[in-house]
Amino acid sequence: MNRINQKLQEDKKLLSIYFTAGYPSLNDTVGVLQNLEKSGVDMVEIGLPFSDPLADGPTIQASSTQALENGMTSEILFEQLTDIRKTVSIPLIIMGYLNPMMQYGIEAFCAKCKEVGIDGLIIPDMPVNVYHEQFQAIFEKYGLINVFLITPQTSEERIRFIDSISDGFIYMVSSAGTTGAKSSFGNAQSDYFDRIGNMNLKNPQVVGFGISNRETFTQATSKAKGAIIGSAFIKHLTKHGVDTISDFINEIR
Amino acid sequence: MKKTYHVNEKGYYGTFGGAYIPEMLYPNVEELRQKYLDIMYEDSFQKEFKQLLKDYVGRPSPLFYAERLSEKYKTKIYLKREDLNHTGAHKVNNTIGQILMAKRLGKTRIIAETGAGQHGVATATVCALMGMECIVYMGEIDIARQAPNVARMKMLGAEVRAALSGSRTLKDATNEAIRDWISNPVDTHYIIGSVVGPHPYPDMVARFQAVISEEIEWQLQEKEGRSYPDHVIACVGGGSNAAGAFYQYLDDERVNLIAVEAAGKGIHSGESAATSVLGEDGIIHGSRTLLMQTKDGQITEPYSISAGLDYPGVGPMHAHLYASNRAEFISITDDEAMTAGLELSQLEGIIPAIETSHALAIFDTRKFKEDEIVVLNLSGRGDKDLNTYIEYFKL
Ligand SMILES: Cc1ncc(COP(=O)(O)O)c(C=O)c1O
Repeated sequence: MNRINQKLQEDKKLLSIYFTAGYPSLNDTVGVLQNLEKSGVDMVEIGLPFSDPLADGPTIQASSTQALENGMTSEILFEQLTDIRKTVSIPLIIMGYLNPMMQYGIEAFCAKCKEVGIDGLIIPDMPVNVYHEQFQAIFEKYGLINVFLITPQTSEERIRFIDSISDGFIYMVSSAGTTGAKSSFGNAQSDYFDRIGNMNLKNPQVVGFGISNRETFTQATSKAKGAIIGSAFIKHLTKHGVDTISDFINEIR
Repeated sequence: MKKTYHVNEKGYYGTFGGAYIPEMLYPNVEELRQKYLDIMYEDSFQKEFKQLLKDYVGRPSPLFYAERLSEKYKTKIYLKREDLNHTGAHKVNNTIGQILMAKRLGKTRIIAETGAGQHGVATATVCALMGMECIVYMGEIDIARQAPNVARMKMLGAEVRAALSGSRTLKDATNEAIRDWISNPVDTHYIIGSVVGPHPYPDMVARFQAVISEEIEWQLQEKEGRSYPDHVIACVGGGSNAAGAFYQYLDDERVNLIAVEAAGKGIHSGESAATSVLGEDGIIHGSRTLLMQTKDGQITEPYSISAGLDYPGVGPMHAHLYASNRAEFISITDDEAMTAGLELSQLEGIIPAIETSHALAIFDTRKFKEDEIVVLNLSGRGDKDLNTYIEYFKL
């Protein structure tokens, strides 16, 4: 069974962390992953940096720009991850934009993911229908789970369609906006969390965008299975470096 | 089925186009996709659009027989005078169309991206006309380079927001506009400035710009007794003026289409914007098309002396025209363009935008037969470029 599905069966709320590969320094990728696992994180999204990350706010944009300046590429990321499964066992997902993957070759990219032990992909600019028509067979061949996003504006019909073609979890974007840390959620968010929670979807939901601290993590996981923290974690890395990762995680739960 | 170079029902031109957008944009883009054709072809829409093009923009724009230019290059050259439009370029045809679209979609807030500021000015203009809130994203570097257009936008009541990310130029301004739309999904319409972006934008913008070739048809009929030329020439940044000039002739193989790109300091100088030659298949701003990028798929920064041609991609219609050999693609360097701009000024008394000067520069090397009819789309006037011309020629 895919590590993601296994993890989703555990009887607890999942804490997932996003970070940008090759940030703060090119060779920090593996160290960050090891520290995250040691700190008790349940799952990690490894950000493959892109020059034009449309869905990202200023924090992740800046970390991507820095990672690219550090020399990060798809090729180097896979090299860094070659032995990752010797030291890290939690589910690992690559989150990146479609263009760099296309240039690598979608099938070659998926094959390499399987080889190093990546469990799934999140590609914000890959449309549902393109995945369904062109890529689903390739992803399945390499045992990769594709994770789709939904937002407060996504229609019920579309959510049900996305649920029907998903086989892992659904990434619930917390509010209309790009990635970025918020310190609290309002009524609109709790209504949305409730609405989706009451839909009885077959896939569990994990909330992302805007989660930054214990309060937002708790709110987000009141109905959902887990939550993803990105920008707030990157800010911590920028300020305090790789060695203090457990301090950040311990403050969340 | 008859071969066509228009968009298909799925939003593609051959393998190019589509809508590669994050889910956050899906409701907006999908609403537009479902409604744009119905709205555009409503009688009331067409009536208002045509009226504004006539009374406000000053259309039809003349089709001018350039006698001295024709004499010099030994062929029959007509200039389609988009430079005489209000705000000085073809860009306003699209912004008039899109502001009417936005109104009918019930939107109250307009966002746009701009590079040189031409599209920003054209958007700020129609927002003033319609009393709509207008926010224009512009790269921090372009704001510094294009001060007069920034001032125009402000005078027209628009807010100019600096794009501080990435390379701080047009592509980043476009990213910021898209991010704004993600954050404001309900009340906002995004007026894209060229035939780029996710479907239906390339097709919608092309249809608004199609007025250019619709007029060429009847104007040529009057002047030459036939509605089509042998060649249509246009410069290509994102591709909107070319799309408009080609539109009626896309599937008419009697007409040769010539797209002119900016070679900057030379195609292989590392400072160029010749996307058809240097670009690879990929995704930019929600569209699958040709774009300039590294082997690793990072989008690179193009260069041209003309800010309006300095886009790392090209619209999906043009990517398809290139890949299918339907259009001829030529690239022109900064120096060739500047020389051609000066030449037109002195032969015909028309100072062209530097973008347009690229199209004009092909006559030196691309020869036409004496009895051939060549229409060149004079996409804009050179007022905005006077400083660049002055510095270049030490006038
Ligand atoms: C006068 C003029 N021509 C051409 C262009 C290039 O745009 P497009 O290729 O969309 O026509 C611009 C863009 O600013 C322009 O101002």
